[in-house]
Amino acid sequence: MKYASLKKEDLNKWLEHLKKKARLYAPRKKENLFVFRPVKNVKDVCLEYMPTILPPKKYYFPQKEKLLKFTVNPFKTAKAIAEFEEYILFAVHTCDIAGIQCMDVIFREGPEDPNYLNRKEKMTIVGMECFKPCDKYANCVSMGNHVPRGGYDLMMVDIGKSFIIHINSQKGERLIADLSYIKGANENDMRKLEEKRQEKKKIFKEELNAPLPKVYEAFSSQGSFDSPLWDEVGRRCVACGNCTAVCPTCYCFDVADEMELSFNEGTRFRIWNYCQMDDFARVAGGEDFRKGRPARQRHRYYRKFKYPVDKYNRYFCVGCGRCSRTCMADIILIETVNALLDPENAASYVGSVKNRPEVK
Amino acid sequence: MIDREILLEKVKTSPYKPMKGRIIKAEMLTEKEKFFRIELEDKVNLAHEPGQFVMVSIFGYGEAPISICSSPTDKGYFDLTVRNVGTLTSRLHQLGEGDTLGIRGPFGKGFPIDNMFGYDLVIVAGGLGIVPLRSLMRYIMHNRNDFGNVQLLLGCKSPKDLLFREEVKEWKRRAEVKFNCTVDKADPDWQGNVGLITTLIPGVDINPMRTYAVVVGPPIMYKFVIGELLNKIIPDHQIIVSLERRMKCGLGKCGHCQIEGKYVCQSGPVFNYAQLKDFKGECHEKAA
Repeated sequence: MKYASLKKEDLNKWLEHLKKKARLYAPRKKENLFVFRPVKNVKDVCLEYMPTILPPKKYYFPQKEKLLKFTVNPFKTAKAIAEFEEYILFAVHTCDIAGIQCMDVIFREGPEDPNYLNRKEKMTIVGMECFKPCDKYANCVSMGNHVPRGGYDLMMVDIGKSFIIHINSQKGERLIADLSYIKGANENDMRKLEEKRQEKKKIFKEELNAPLPKVYEAFSSQGSFDSPLWDEVGRRCVACGNCTAVCPTCYCFDVADEMELSFNEGTRFRIWNYCQMDDFARVAGGEDFRKGRPARQRHRYYRKFKYPVDKYNRYFCVGCGRCSRTCMADIILIETVNALLDPENAASYVGSVKNRPEVK
Repeated sequence: MIDREILLEKVKTSPYKPMKGRIIKAEMLTEKEKFFRIELEDKVNLAHEPGQFVMVSIFGYGEAPISICSSPTDKGYFDLTVRNVGTLTSRLHQLGEGDTLGIRGPFGKGFPIDNMFGYDLVIVAGGLGIVPLRSLMRYIMHNRNDFGNVQLLLGCKSPKDLLFREEVKEWKRRAEVKFNCTVDKADPDWQGNVGLITTLIPGVDINPMRTYAVVVGPPIMYKFVIGELLNKIIPDHQIIVSLERRMKCGLGKCGHCQIEGKYVCQSGPVFNYAQLKDFKGECHEKAA
């Protein structure tokens, strides 16, 4: 069985089943936005949602994560956590799944990061394909992440009265095995899936003004690196770090110690850190190796569209639009990239000051 | 994609876990720099290359990247020389013989010693630059017949800031190393050169094709020294530098030490000038 079918009225039954299998995280509404949360009541799960405030990265790369426990005297260290619980990320959009794939590349590259690998090992991903473009900030079509491209265990597609579930791993198969209400998909279901995909092609349009190879080319030129556009972006930036905090592929961190009251035992942990912070590249001697917000914003963009492409042949922008949606200074990724694609006008680029996110 | 079995095996150990090191010798070299000789538990050899660094940790104070200043040919221990500038280093300065600290590493790429075999060497050390270069100098002294002529150019602020004074004298006395030194500001007893280290380079007699230049010093020094070396027509890939950056993990993950697409802690800290030239503008040390 490669495709299964689940009637919508049986969804909550399945969610109850998943809740018993492992810790279940799913999107739910929080005021006018959405968040991933542990599921207490399956009725709270929200399947039609805008990208959540934070990507599910908070579960596989926690904001603050213990690395070590230590004792000062006598000198002793131990790895902080050996075991994590099995968990399921439910209804993850394809953009966020692409984000997880990016993280995999980073943390699997030697020297491997055992904390991440351990959490990844315990993760099961149930994806949810979008059929409605979310808002003007997302650029998932240009990044090619509006359609499933692997990296999940199960992928759900809403075809009206039921969901078609693509089974992509044994782990995924175990979540639907031996359930009377989940059956193999029939020809009719498959035809509907095909129709949905055709329809989607008509609605989803590329958001950037050029295809990706052109974007990469633009980022590769010395002119783009030295472009006055970065001064304009940097001028508006308030260095809050929001764009990097909400990015599914930002993984920079700081390492710090925390002492117990005894001042003899303590914990070493890592904590999210942002390349937009002014001390990010400053050394104890005082030298700052990435001075100024224009240089730091440029660095962020280059870490999405240039450096990882050179290194891993992978764009680290997944197109979720979170950085633009959350920016207090209206620095909008689509706008910046489009301006860069047009070198003649990049010099005179002035960002539009608008408007807060359109959230229903 | 790593095999699952291998992956699970890797998960059992943590690269964040430091080894235990014991300080077996500690002395102040100048007002601000302190020398430490460290022995790892069970006298394990650090097995480093000259030019690599370790992450030194003191629990409760954190970690900092520190250059190793002894050669791998010095067995059973390794040396560090630390300037008191930050949170960790000021705490480190309070430690003495018998105290313990955490060591992770060695990390990064060291000086390309194998490529340097048979070549003449010009070693340019500005200020604290002599610290990582001492690892190379000691290695060279131990394997002296593998290299051609060796010239050491040393620059520092004032005569009292000169590090490893006795050792440098010893290298010079054995007449195997040509030595020249300059200070920014002389004191009454000083009989040597006064001026920036760049002033020493034009007078150096070399065959550029047969010469490796190794440069370590404060960030501001590089572009001027590299400029002088390029005037001497030393090929780009024979100009070797070691770059200082903020390093938090040493594993090419945390992002702090990045120059454009490169993690200095893994791809560096040692680079050659051909590599530096590839950077578009974030590398301060690149010659104009």
